[in-house]
Amino acid sequence: MALRPIKSILALCFSLFILLQPTKILASEPATASAEHAKTEEGSFNVTETILEHIKDDHSWHLWGHTSIALPVILYTPAGFEVFSSAKLVDEHHEPAVYKGNFDYKLVAGKTKILNEAGEVDIAASKKLWDFSITKNVASLFISVIILLLVILTAARAYKKTGITSAPKGLQSFMEPIVLFVRDEIALPNIGAKRYAKYMPFLLTIFFLILTNNFLGLIPLFPGGANVSGNIAFTMTLAVCVFIVVNLSSNKNYWEHIFWMPGMHWSMKLFLAPIELIGVFNKPISLMIRLFANITAGHILVLSLVCLIFIFKTVYAAAIAVPFVIFIFLIELLVAFLQAYIFTMLTAMYIGMASEEAHHDHHPATEGADKDLAHH
Amino acid sequence: MVVGSVAAIGAGLAAIGAGIGIGLIGKGAVESIARQPEAVNDIRSNMIVMAAFVEAVALFAVVVALLGNG
Repeated sequence: MALRPIKSILALCFSLFILLQPTKILASEPATASAEHAKTEEGSFNVTETILEHIKDDHSWHLWGHTSIALPVILYTPAGFEVFSSAKLVDEHHEPAVYKGNFDYKLVAGKTKILNEAGEVDIAASKKLWDFSITKNVASLFISVIILLLVILTAARAYKKTGITSAPKGLQSFMEPIVLFVRDEIALPNIGAKRYAKYMPFLLTIFFLILTNNFLGLIPLFPGGANVSGNIAFTMTLAVCVFIVVNLSSNKNYWEHIFWMPGMHWSMKLFLAPIELIGVFNKPISLMIRLFANITAGHILVLSLVCLIFIFKTVYAAAIAVPFVIFIFLIELLVAFLQAYIFTMLTAMYIGMASEEAHHDHHPATEGADKDLAHH
Repeated sequence: MVVGSVAAIGAGLAAIGAGIGIGLIGKGAVESIARQPEAVNDIRSNMIVMAAFVEAVALFAVVVALLGNG
């Protein structure tokens, strides 16, 4: 009954999609032609390029106008380590320039590459280049680590001094509800009262790291503005940590449920084993993509609303765009907290699943019989 | 003239799917709150978590659409 409207909507969507297909194919050639035309035209505005430039990692940190902080470039090549300012990789027009160090370096699509004598990218040599640069994301990560250390160590010192005898004061009273939230809403119900204490440091670290980076990413000005938690390398590192912790805390019962699901027919067991095995890797991967996609999508949304002003080429578009941007920003504040919460909650859930003790409710009939005996 | 790409249509379809999903979650939550107003806090937090799951699937599609577009 309830499915009928959905079915009709889906049918409508697919038929519209199929209807639009020939139009799309006919329209594709003029579209690409106009895109090329837009590129060659001087001073034209490319929305996709602008947005992607803003959510990408960078070697310099843009402040305002033509002012930006040049961050250090640290390269490891067969000739050893080399450190220089990223200002040397751009010329006065902010175009990539060649820097002559041990090799000739140039930024090609945001990546440092080695050039050969002819001025072309030397692919073989570039493969041996390791880029350890302090990029915008790394610098932002340092800032968030400093903030976290300051806030958490201050609160911890207060507990050390007065103990938990008196009511929390200052930063303590800010941190305590959040820590208790992670303990009572995330760790306790998902991991269980017996084992949750061991995982609290890990869960709190993940929660506060994601939360701080999400909030810093929402600040458009200097101390924020880097898209750290919308960087797939950052979320992948977190997901790998989760993967390691979950698998280290797993027990025999967990692996039995993956490879030889109890209470099933043997043919079903054979069928389920590969699916459950994929699930082991799928869980951290979904964590990785969920955080990355949510934060990146929020940034893209805000940027594309701001870009409306430039698309319509009139300042009056701001009257519509700016209220929408503020609205999206408020939603993003919620999302920033929600994603930290969900990442931590799923981590706790996976840990809880992996370390769950074997329970014997596979034979309800005999269990019921036992209960009856106990009652009589 | 139609300007754009198939990736944009894909992102739009994903948005429809997520819209239906979040709508169903909202429907369920409001109905259960009406039935049991005392459980409103539990229901709300579960609703938000479920909505985030559904939204995440739509955002996977957005990422795929972005990659397909780029």
